[in-house]
Amino acid sequence: MLHIRCPYCEEYREEEEFSPAGQAHIERPLDPESLSDKDWANYLFFRKNPRGLHHEMWLHAHGCRKYFNMTRNTVTYKILETYKIGQQPYVLDENSLDENSADKNSPDEKSIDEKNSSEVSK
Amino acid sequence: MSNSVRVESPLYHADLPGLAKLSGNPSENCGVTLREAKLLGHLNLRGNANDDAFLNGVKQALGLNLPTAPCSSAQNDKALVMWLSPDEWLIIVEGGLEAEIEAELRQTLSGHFAVSDISGAQTMLELSGEDCLNLLKKSIGYDLHLDSFPVGKVIGTAFAQSGAHIRRTGEKSFQLIVRRSFSDYIWLWLQHSSKEYGLAIVD
Repeated sequence: MLHIRCPYCEEYREEEEFSPAGQAHIERPLDPESLSDKDWANYLFFRKNPRGLHHEMWLHAHGCRKYFNMTRNTVTYKILETYKIGQQPYVLDENSLDENSADKNSPDEKSIDEKNSSEVSK
Repeated sequence: MSNSVRVESPLYHADLPGLAKLSGNPSENCGVTLREAKLLGHLNLRGNANDDAFLNGVKQALGLNLPTAPCSSAQNDKALVMWLSPDEWLIIVEGGLEAEIEAELRQTLSGHFAVSDISGAQTMLELSGEDCLNLLKKSIGYDLHLDSFPVGKVIGTAFAQSGAHIRRTGEKSFQLIVRRSFSDYIWLWLQHSSKEYGLAIVD
């Protein structure tokens, strides 16, 4: 059973309390009317199915009933980080695993905040 | 025909007061004691915990600080407030006062908030006794050690394939908030899983 850290309850809970909710960071097009059928279909129906690192949403169904994001390795099931909706992932590719010393189901808030602020300033 | 409405708690059909008379003195031979804290007023409050006006409004109405730390609760003689999520709280008040307190909240709060009376949707069960920890260990996957689950903490968790919010009120006493539609199942589950310890019902 997976041990998952809910970023809202701020603690680890059993997998039983959660339900997976698919790929994360899907942005709704601001102007859907102007989209081609192909782009609209891509937005609506097509999802990533990677072997390895995946950013996905989970729902803490039995707990705080909030959706949050998770970076998970789909091969090993290892959870690399969980973070709130609206935040950006800290682990972006497999190469960054080593330098961030992996096992980051619970990234310190600071590192995420730093990342967010650096993104804003870009 | 009478115009009065008979109020029935979710476990009305189980006749817990009748069973309480049968079970006698609960301290004898019974590891688990169960009481339905029935017909209390349950209010669901939603709002922005980062908004000072919202926090002050709640304080004005209830006389206590809204618990904003995850999984915490607060209590005074008027209300018991449980943290459910970063923007959601459960306020439990004496039965019959819920409409009055809802009106008070509506008066002191403004802007983006929601108060809903959900008294009929759920019930509170109180579990205590020497073996209530053993009973809970069968029902939930959460670590019940006092370090991880101190008195006053509230967790929403999977409870015997159903769900419940559980608040610890003492080393060996807990409050369970269960949905009306699941209450009969939970009642059967509690009877079944407490069989080996002995179950006493208190009215």
